Amino acid sequence: MIRKSRVLVAGTAVLALALTAACGGNDDSNGNETTTKAEFNAALTKVFNPSDKKGGTIRMANAGDWDTLDPGETYYGYSWDFLRLYGRSLVMFKPAPGKGSNELVPDLAESLGTPSDGGKTWTYKIRKGVKYEDGTEVKAADVKYAVLRSTDKETFPNGPAYFEAFLNLPDGYKGPYKSKGMNTDQAISTPDDYTIVFHLKQAFGGFDYMAQLSQTVPVPEAKDTGAKYKEHVISSGPYMFDQNNLGKNFSLKRNPNWDASTDPNRKALPDRYEVALNVNADDIDNRLISGDLDVDVVGTGVQPAALGRVVGDPALKAQTDNPVLARLWYTSINPTVAPLDNIECRKAVLYAEDRTGYQTAYGGPLAGGDIATTLLPPAIPGYQKFDLYPAGPDNKGDLAKAKEALTKCGQPNGFATNMAYRAERPKEKATAEALQQSLARVGIKLTLKPYPQGDYFSAYAGNPPFVVKNKLGLLTNGWGADWNDGFGFLSQMVDSRVIRETGGSSNTSVRIPEVDTMLDQAIVETDADKRNAMWGAIDKRVMEEAVIMPGIDAKSLMIRPKNLTNVFISEAYGMYDYLSLGVA
Amino acid sequence: MITYIIRRLFAAVVLLFIVSAVTFAIFYLVPRLAGATPETLATRYVGRAATPETVSLIAHKLGFYDPIWVQYGRWIKGIFVGADYNLGASVDHCPAPCFGYSFITREPVWPDLVDRLPVTLSLAVGASILWAVFGVSIGAVSALRRGSLLDRTAMGFSLAGVSLPIFFTGMIGLLVFSYTLKWTAVGGSYTPFTQNPADWFYSLLLPWIVLALQFSAQYARLTRAGMLETMGEDYIRTARAKGLPERAVTTRHGLRAALTPILTIFGLDVGLLLGGAVLTETVFSLPGLGKYAIDAITNNDLPKVLGVTLMAAFFVIIANLIVDLLYAVVDPRVRLG
Repeated sequence: MIRKSRVLVAGTAVLALALTAACGGNDDSNGNETTTKAEFNAALTKVFNPSDKKGGTIRMANAGDWDTLDPGETYYGYSWDFLRLYGRSLVMFKPAPGKGSNELVPDLAESLGTPSDGGKTWTYKIRKGVKYEDGTEVKAADVKYAVLRSTDKETFPNGPAYFEAFLNLPDGYKGPYKSKGMNTDQAISTPDDYTIVFHLKQAFGGFDYMAQLSQTVPVPEAKDTGAKYKEHVISSGPYMFDQNNLGKNFSLKRNPNWDASTDPNRKALPDRYEVALNVNADDIDNRLISGDLDVDVVGTGVQPAALGRVVGDPALKAQTDNPVLARLWYTSINPTVAPLDNIECRKAVLYAEDRTGYQTAYGGPLAGGDIATTLLPPAIPGYQKFDLYPAGPDNKGDLAKAKEALTKCGQPNGFATNMAYRAERPKEKATAEALQQSLARVGIKLTLKPYPQGDYFSAYAGNPPFVVKNKLGLLTNGWGADWNDGFGFLSQMVDSRVIRETGGSSNTSVRIPEVDTMLDQAIVETDADKRNAMWGAIDKRVMEEAVIMPGIDAKSLMIRPKNLTNVFISEAYGMYDYLSLGVA
Repeated sequence: MITYIIRRLFAAVVLLFIVSAVTFAIFYLVPRLAGATPETLATRYVGRAATPETVSLIAHKLGFYDPIWVQYGRWIKGIFVGADYNLGASVDHCPAPCFGYSFITREPVWPDLVDRLPVTLSLAVGASILWAVFGVSIGAVSALRRGSLLDRTAMGFSLAGVSLPIFFTGMIGLLVFSYTLKWTAVGGSYTPFTQNPADWFYSLLLPWIVLALQFSAQYARLTRAGMLETMGEDYIRTARAKGLPERAVTTRHGLRAALTPILTIFGLDVGLLLGGAVLTETVFSLPGLGKYAIDAITNNDLPKVLGVTLMAAFFVIIANLIVDLLYAVVDPRVRLG
C-alpha cells in the first residue's frame, strides 16, 4: 500500500513537472520567464524554448542589402541587434524578453557611465582582457578612434549624427582622416588604456543611450580602411566574419579570442551564422514557414502575400509573435496652412477622424498596429496613457464635438485642404483615403496629393515653403525611435528647431516654443525617472496643440523560428533578440 | 564578311555611346530639368540624420555641382583610364573600364557586373537550350499532326505557358517542388559552376524549367505556324515528288526554312536575358544582372543602373549581330556584305 502511494506520489510529481515544462512558467538562469508551449505571442514576454545547448548554424535572410556592416555607419535597428554578435559597444540593451530589454547594461564598459559637471562629462571604465579576433587587447583609444571616425560624414554619410552634435569637438574638425593629428581631447579623452571620458557641449542626461550606439564599438586604427572597413570588420565580440560576399551573403564563425569571462551578456550558442542578402521577400516567408530558414533578419514581419495564410491557419498562427513597435504612423496637422492655423479647426480634424479606418488602412490590428492616442508608444519609458480627443465608444469619431469645434473655428460648414502622402506607399494612400472619407462627414474636404518618397521630406511635405504654397494642411508621416527613450523618439519629431526652411525635416507641424524649452530641460536631467516623466508631459503638451494626429502604434507579425532555442522579442529592437538564439 | 563584321562592331560602339548618353541624361539631367537641385540629388546618398552641411558635402563629392556634360565626360573618362575614389582612410582605384562607382555600396560597378554575369549566363543558356529543344520539337510535331489530340494538348499547354507570369509559376514551383516535395533547391541557393557543378545544376533546375516554360510556349506556337506555312510550299511538294523520305523533307526542307524567323527571335531573347532575367532572378533570389538591376533601381543607385543598362544594351546588339551572321548559315539566299 505504502509502495503504491509512493509510486502514485512520484508519478504525480513527474506529471506535474512535465505539465509545468509544457505549459511554461519556469525561469531561466537569468531570471527570465520561459515557455515551451507554441502559441500566439509565446515569445513576446517569455523566453521560448530555453536551452544552453551549443553548436549548429543559424540561417538568416534579408530581402534587401545590408546598409553596411561597419559599426560606425550602420543605421538600422536589425543591424544594431545583429552587430552585437561581432562588436561590443560601451553599453547595450539587456538581452531579455519584453520590457526587460529596455534596460541598459554595461557591455565593453564595466558599468554604466558616470556623469559629472552636471551631465556634460561622462566617464566609462573599459573591461580588461577584451580581445579582438587577432588577439590584441581592446583599449580606450580604440573606442575614441571609432567614435571620431564616425563623425566624418563625407566618408560615412548614412550613420547617426548624435556624436558630432553633442561632443565638444574642435572647430573645423573633419574626422581622423582629414584632421589627422588634431588634438581632440576636448571632446574625448583617454587618461589611461581603460578609461574613456566624453566631454559634451551641453549636458545630456541620457548619454548612456548614446554610448550603446554601435559607433562606440572599438575599431583598431591600424586596421581601419575607411569606407572599405565594412568588408572586414575586426571583431570584438564572440563571432568574427568568415566570408563576406557584398550584396550576396556573409557568414560568421566563432572568434577564438573572445573570452566569456569578460562578457556577462552573451551566450554565444551556435557555431555559425549564415546570412543571405537580397532574397525575395515572399520566398523568405515560405522558407520560414517550411523551416528551411530560421530568421528574417530585418524583423519587420510577414509580407502581405503570406499574411492571410498565416493568420487563417491556427497552427501557423501559433508559430507567430505580434510585438508593438516603438514606431508611430501619424498625420501632421500643419498650423501654417489656413484655416488650420486656428486650433479649433485642428481639433475638428482630430474629433472627426475614424480611428478604425486609419488602423484598417495600415493593415489592421495584427499587421498594422494598435490605435494610438499619444505620440509616445507604450514601449517608450515615460509613456502615459491619455486621450485628449475621444473618438466615441466605437472609435469612429465624435462628429458632434467635431462640428462644435468647426463652429468655434468660424467654419461651421467645414473647409477644404490638401493632404500629402508618399506615392509609393499603398498604406499611406489608403490612410489618406480613409481620412478623406471620415473628415467629409463634417464637411472637411480633403484633396489628396501624392509625392515621390525619395524627396518627400526634402522637396515636398518636409519643405515648409512648399507646404504653405501648396496648402498641405495634412501630411502622412511616421517616426521610429533610434532608441527606446523620450529623446530618441521625440527630439526629431517635436523640436521646432529641427525644422529647416530648405526642407528635410519630418517635423513640419510642431512649432511650440514651450515644448522646445521642455525638451531642453528633459535632456539635461540625469535622473531617469524624472526625465521619463518629462517626456510624458511633452507628449501631452504637443497633443493639447492638436498639431499631430496619432494614427497607430505599429505592430508586426513575425514568424517564430521553428528550429531555434531562446527565442524572444526584444522590445528595445522590436524584433527577435539575435544575441541569445541557439539551435535546437 | 570581315568588313561587314567590323562595320557592325563600329556601329555597335556608336550605339552604346548613344545609349549611355541617353541613360545618363535620364538619371542625371531629367531630375535637374524637373527642378531637382544638387542637394536633392545628394539626399539619396545620405542617411536620414544628415545635416544640410553633410548633404552639401556629398553633393560636392559626387560632382553634382558640375555641369551635366562635365559629369558625363568624367564618367566616360573613367571607362578608358579608370578613376580614384577617396574612402577616408584609403583611396579606392577603379581600374579601366570603370563603369562608375556606387556611392551606396562603395564598390566599383564593373567588377560587380563581371561577378554577376556568370549567374545570368548560366540561367539564360540553360533555359534557352530547354526552350529551344522543347519549344521547337513540340511546335514541329504539332504542325505535322495538325488537329490531333497531341496538337491540341500541346497548344493548350503553350497557351497556359505564355499566359502565366513567371512570378506566379516561379512561386508555385518553389512551393510545390522545393518546399513541399523537396525535389528542387530553395530560392537563394545558387552555387557557382566552378565551385560545385552538381549543386550548380540542382540550384538552377527549377529556374530553368520555369523560365523555359514561358519561352518554349512561344517557340512552340511560332514553330507550328512556320512549319504549317512552309510545309505547304511548292518546294516541299517537289522534294516529296523527287522521292525524298518524309523525314528528310520535314527536317532538311520544312524545319530549316521555318527556323529562320525563330532564329531571329531566339537571338533577341537570349540577348535580352543576358541583360538580366529580372523576374526569374528576383523570384529565385539569383544574384544575377537582373536582380542587380532591380536592387539598384530600388535603392536609387544610379551608377549601377547605368552600368547594367549598358551591359544589357551590349548583349542585345551583339546577339543581333550573331543572328545576322547565322542567317547566312541557315538560309543560303542571304549573303552578307
